[in-house]
Amino acid sequence: MKTANIIPFFVIIPLASAFLITVFKNRPKNFSDFVVILATFSLLLLSLNSLQLLNSSKMIIYKIGGWLPPLGICLVVDGLAGFMLVTVNLTVFLVMVYAIRYMQLYTDKWKFHSLFMLMLAGMNGIIISGDLFNLYVFLEVASICAYALVAFGTEPEDLEAAFKYTIMGSLASLFILLGIGLIYCYVSTLNMADISFALSAKPNGALIGFVSVLFLAGFGLKAALVPFHAWLPDAHSSAPTPVSAVLSGVLIKTLGIYALSRVFFNILGISGNILLVLIVLGMLSMVAGAFLAIVQTDVKRMFAYSSISQIGYIIFAFGIGTPLAILGGLFHLFNHAIFKSLLFLNAGAIEYSTGRRDLRKLGGLGSKLPVTGATSLLGSMSISGIPPLSGFWSKLIIIIASVQAGYIGFAFIAVLVSIVTLAYYLKFQTFAFLGKVDETLTKIKEIPMTMKLSMVILAGICVVAGLMLVPLFRPILKSAADVLSSGTGYRYAVFEALK
Amino acid sequence: MSLYFLCLILFCVGLYCVLRKRNIIKIIIGLVIIEYAVNLFFILIGYRTHGRAPILSEDQVIQNMVDPLPQAMVLTTIVIGLAVTVVLVSLAIRIYEKYGTFDITKIKRLKG
Repeated sequence: MKTANIIPFFVIIPLASAFLITVFKNRPKNFSDFVVILATFSLLLLSLNSLQLLNSSKMIIYKIGGWLPPLGICLVVDGLAGFMLVTVNLTVFLVMVYAIRYMQLYTDKWKFHSLFMLMLAGMNGIIISGDLFNLYVFLEVASICAYALVAFGTEPEDLEAAFKYTIMGSLASLFILLGIGLIYCYVSTLNMADISFALSAKPNGALIGFVSVLFLAGFGLKAALVPFHAWLPDAHSSAPTPVSAVLSGVLIKTLGIYALSRVFFNILGISGNILLVLIVLGMLSMVAGAFLAIVQTDVKRMFAYSSISQIGYIIFAFGIGTPLAILGGLFHLFNHAIFKSLLFLNAGAIEYSTGRRDLRKLGGLGSKLPVTGATSLLGSMSISGIPPLSGFWSKLIIIIASVQAGYIGFAFIAVLVSIVTLAYYLKFQTFAFLGKVDETLTKIKEIPMTMKLSMVILAGICVVAGLMLVPLFRPILKSAADVLSSGTGYRYAVFEALK
Repeated sequence: MSLYFLCLILFCVGLYCVLRKRNIIKIIIGLVIIEYAVNLFFILIGYRTHGRAPILSEDQVIQNMVDPLPQAMVLTTIVIGLAVTVVLVSLAIRIYEKYGTFDITKIKRLKG
């Protein structure tokens, strides 16, 4: 039972470091950098350790205050949560290494660090929460910090984007809250496993349909699925680069996709209609995101639209619903977290040394910024699905799964979108790194060592992530996918683990 | 039942305000109205007619009590709502400094 004691630290460490940073600000010098790197690194080690522990037991449960769930609140780490924890903490650690130097472009770095740590506490909290209302609270903690971080630069564009994001985001949260209220009113419990039990004992009324719609709108807005995507390109392109990298890389996945799949697959129980809705939303996001990305000239805006498109792939894979498709979707989620944060960091490096983001005013940077050029080439190839990089494998699995499930037309569209993806990443490569050096760009400053380091590590992960499919590492993905494909079997697993 | 219906109307009023108004401050007020509608809904869930506070004492037998859990949740959501409102209002102040207007149709530098 001792192993469960590590779970609360996923929330305690970032919360405590946010508090410490706010108290000590920047005295002694660079104190906040030190705390943040230490905290995120220890979280990364902890999350890897939790994967190790999951090998022996399928599920670890921490009971807050010793109260048994349904009565008390519990924190649950199962295969899916462990996988998400590693994805989040790995990305955040590398982004924070990058931010050491990059955030010197801004004033009040400690405020950035403190908000960032609070956001991390929220994200980790969502992943480990075993209680529906706690999930909402952590979701709001993460969201509010994200709103503030988008406005961190306080330029007019940042404020405008942050305002839009805040209105849309809090509307989404209120939909989710209303859904939680209706569920509580129906089954009189908030524990996820217990809700699932109570729902199975009751007839499947119209209420569950209504709640599903509320959750779909709420989490769909958080995940920026296509009819609800309008805030994402503004918010993700206006935020400071480390923030956009984490927003695009992991925030929309934990707040949107993880919460959505946990609620629909494990609690409400998935039905054919919801799967169909997920497929349609996924397809729409995939196609619309790709075609909107291709016309963009702002680097970060292009990447933001590309995020919408790739999120579409993941949701489409979940919508197919076969175990293979879910495995592909989760693998793509991990890969997207890695290469999208890498690409945003590349865009940040370009902005750091040249001060521009407009593709038409860039050119020939390949010789000036060799590390950025090489890593962004790897990232672009990976996201467009060139073998043997990671993005190829995950897209391949999704497409194979959709053909197996009989969605041949959709599989064809997925391949086409992949080609469009290649097209706009080629556009990015050509405009930014190839061609003649613009005269105004001959004297640009080289990017610092720490920024290079984190980009190189991310690019390295892009290259080797395909190895997650070999039998040695496959159990990690497999156990994560099993949680979703077992559906409402989650409730038996929780009560089994409690005994 | 009519209470729930009024609660729904309050929600729709707020939603209309957020979607249709052009002034930033009015949009914020609309959001707060929606939040209050949801809070009210939570309180209604826990309400029992002639119910009393669920406090356990030795010499009393409580037959009919209100559900305390939604009230605890509403406390949390009020705090969260406060945080969101603070963020929104401070954003509105900064937007007014930069753009000199509260009209969202005039605040549109981001396109595409």
